[in-house]
Amino acid sequence: MAGLLFEGADWDFHTLQRVHDACEEIARKELGLDVYPNQIEVITAEQMLDAYSSVGMPLFYKHWSFGKQFAFQEASYRKGLMGLAYEIVINSSPCISYLMEENTATMQTLVIAHAAFGHNHFFKNNYLFKQWTDADGILDYLEFAKGYIMACEERHGRLAVERTLDAAHALMSHGIDRYPGKKTLDLRAEEKRAGDRRRHEEAAFNDLWRTVPTTKTKNTTTLSAERRRALLGLPQENILRFLEKTAPRLHPWQREIIRIVRHIAQYFYPQGQTKVMNEGTATYVHYRIMSRLHQQGQISDGNFLEFLGSHTNVVFQPEFDDRRWSGFNPYALGFAMMQDIERIVTNPEQEDREWFPDIAGKGDVEGVLRDIWANYRDESFIGQFLSPALIRRFRLFHLHDNPADTNGIKVDAIHDERGYRRVRRELSRQYDVGFIDANIEVVDVDLAGDRRLMLRHSTVKGSQLNETDARRVLQHLADLWTYDVALTEVDGDKVLKEYVVSPRTAAVAA
Amino acid sequence: MAIHIVDRRLNPGSKSLENRQRFLRRAKALVQGAVKKTSQDRDIKDVLEGGEVAIPMDGMEEPRFRREGGTRDMVLPGNKKFVEGDYLPRPSQSGGKGSGAGEGDSEDAFRFVLSRDEFVDLFLDDLELPDLAKRKLAETEHEGLQRAGYATSGSPANISVSRTVSRALARRVALRRPRQEDIDALEAELAECDDEKRRTEIRAQLEALKAKFKRIPFIDPIDIRYRRFETVPKPVAQAVMFCLMDVSGSMSEHMKDLAKRFYMLLYVFLKRRYKHVEIVFIRHTDRAEEVDEDTFFHGPASGGTLVSSALVAMTDILRTRFRPADWNIYAAQASDGDNMTSDSALTGQLLTEKILPVCQFFAYLEVGEAANYTFDMPDSSLWTLYERLRNDGAPLSMRKVSERGEIFPVFQDLFKKRGAQERVA
Repeated sequence: MAGLLFEGADWDFHTLQRVHDACEEIARKELGLDVYPNQIEVITAEQMLDAYSSVGMPLFYKHWSFGKQFAFQEASYRKGLMGLAYEIVINSSPCISYLMEENTATMQTLVIAHAAFGHNHFFKNNYLFKQWTDADGILDYLEFAKGYIMACEERHGRLAVERTLDAAHALMSHGIDRYPGKKTLDLRAEEKRAGDRRRHEEAAFNDLWRTVPTTKTKNTTTLSAERRRALLGLPQENILRFLEKTAPRLHPWQREIIRIVRHIAQYFYPQGQTKVMNEGTATYVHYRIMSRLHQQGQISDGNFLEFLGSHTNVVFQPEFDDRRWSGFNPYALGFAMMQDIERIVTNPEQEDREWFPDIAGKGDVEGVLRDIWANYRDESFIGQFLSPALIRRFRLFHLHDNPADTNGIKVDAIHDERGYRRVRRELSRQYDVGFIDANIEVVDVDLAGDRRLMLRHSTVKGSQLNETDARRVLQHLADLWTYDVALTEVDGDKVLKEYVVSPRTAAVAA
Repeated sequence: MAIHIVDRRLNPGSKSLENRQRFLRRAKALVQGAVKKTSQDRDIKDVLEGGEVAIPMDGMEEPRFRREGGTRDMVLPGNKKFVEGDYLPRPSQSGGKGSGAGEGDSEDAFRFVLSRDEFVDLFLDDLELPDLAKRKLAETEHEGLQRAGYATSGSPANISVSRTVSRALARRVALRRPRQEDIDALEAELAECDDEKRRTEIRAQLEALKAKFKRIPFIDPIDIRYRRFETVPKPVAQAVMFCLMDVSGSMSEHMKDLAKRFYMLLYVFLKRRYKHVEIVFIRHTDRAEEVDEDTFFHGPASGGTLVSSALVAMTDILRTRFRPADWNIYAAQASDGDNMTSDSALTGQLLTEKILPVCQFFAYLEVGEAANYTFDMPDSSLWTLYERLRNDGAPLSMRKVSERGEIFPVFQDLFKKRGAQERVA
């Protein structure tokens, strides 16, 4: 039996060290977690607010929209509308966890178990993060991005940089590669690449060449339409990548900025797809670690009660008719599913054996969970592992709202034998990025004619783009493209709506 | 495994300051409008506080492709009584419960808090002040030096001898530095002593003492302490600001607003120079009374116009509450210029004999309707009177204004005077 890690609510840096070591012991030996080295940073509430407004990253380039975010959050924090998170954790190596200085010793323990082990393990092992993020390189890359954008502001003026960033931000959600390419991401090489690009330009610059008459260019119309599209990599759903590679009149630095925004969007891509799993994992891990610490007598009863209080708040799920309802709480759903899996693995009912033959009664909770944490994302996780028992416990039901149906909103499935699979499928679909983001692709460019860029939005279930916002985004896109941009919304072959936007005269690119 | 714990609390805060400034710059026109509106509703004394402003999101939106409408499917928790196939009525508004997040729609006002400095900055901008004046107003007040303990480093001129010596003494005692008297005594003993054995003993003792004496200096650099000084804002004497206003029927809302801005500006200015600023509001028709700010600007009043009544009230208050020896007295009068002709003599006399001699600054602001160009305004009776006084050498600042931008020049005299004082000092 180890002694108490701390008494009361006070802590100092030695306490944090002890707490970390105690958590690590349990995390490694008992849960078999595999984590990046930890870096724990203690920050003030003000710094937490700062971090909020730069998407949680320790350093970020400057842009007015973060200031807007900050102003908004500061106002709601001051009015008491919003509490601050206990912690922010960054997917980097070493894995940085920010702890608020106001937290009590118990909270710090909770937060270390949650972030420095739960999230950390998930970041390091989940296939999406492995595929799409480069934890070793991200901090250096952000440093480079910040410096690069600052240098651009000096060279090309703040306004021009700001406009480019505005436009790139508007298209951020469509700047993501959804399928892995040949090359894995190497953020460290990015800085070198940008430098090479500039040096090459400088070395290759020869003013005389401008005056040399060029030979007649080959007649491009001979290329078949198919071939041309293939050369341009069309259709392309990553609009930012398409702009970076093919927009005719962008300056090199603008391409680099677009590339930066694209990389950052890509970095956050896995986080959006694994909210439930990520929080579920972290919450499950902190729950296990805290319980074990208490069992071993390293945390006093009083402090453990304090922990249970905040844990309960974290995993609280209001029901749909509750005033506090604002969607599923990823902590609640994730934690409940992890615990449910633990139950299925150790103590299954007959029903569970039918539904989950692979894991029911297998006995090795940690092994099963580690495998799940590594190989699933929210959509597939819920699609596979939401059990009937949990559907009953949450009393989940599925509503189908077809505007054409005058009867109202139909209750399509509830927590009964006929409904389990449908409820599960629909819930899993709510977490499917394929359904969350509008499916918009660049389909063609009229190279022979007016260079109009053509995009297509393939609608799903009849939902179309919000017109005001769509026009604004297209305006940004046209400014970068510098020629007309057309977007058609289609349902199969039926054209629902067409937008055509021309670039503004004081366009981004010259 | 290695773990790093880093204390970031001491890192410079407000990393978001730059972003925030960019945001404010971008939203400048909108924020300025909001500040203008807010400052109109505020009391004069509150003008220097920051505060929450709301601006429309015009031009500040961050558009994204968003989808809406169509067939929707959702899974919700907490079913109590529904069974498959039930129909629920649609919520009445078309938006549904899905939307409703804080800052989504462009029509929503965006609320945030401006700091005190940001607010004053924008407020001054809104008054269309020339840059020079803005700088003067915005600059912090005079700083004075104040003793603040001791420091281990500093300029030789600031060495604190007594502190240094007493520290040296403490160190010498602590390290048992031999005293000169002990050495002298031993030497004397040595000189007198004949016993060879004793002499060697004393010599050894002496040597040890002398070595130690050498090793431990009388004053070591670590003993030295410097007097530390801190700059503190110098408490400046107090000031009182008299706001005199004609509230007879002929003063329109626009004129009162102009007057209010004028008072606010004077207040901002005084607040920068004086720690403590009192404001006295005197409104008058054909008789004067001291009122609170709200009544001053918004209370109804009617009657004729006797400027001297206000001046009499002011002298009374001066005599009873604000002795010129203790207070810097500033007065600002706003009027549309009407005055009974028979009152001129008395007004002139009061001003030149009683008021102007004790005032730092007396400004007269003649306010006109927005449509009027100032140069079209015929000289009013009060204007004629004051102009005559000024020509006789009375220190009066006077200006006709019908637009906000014209307010500031009234203060030019004030700034000039201040510049001269500074040069003298």
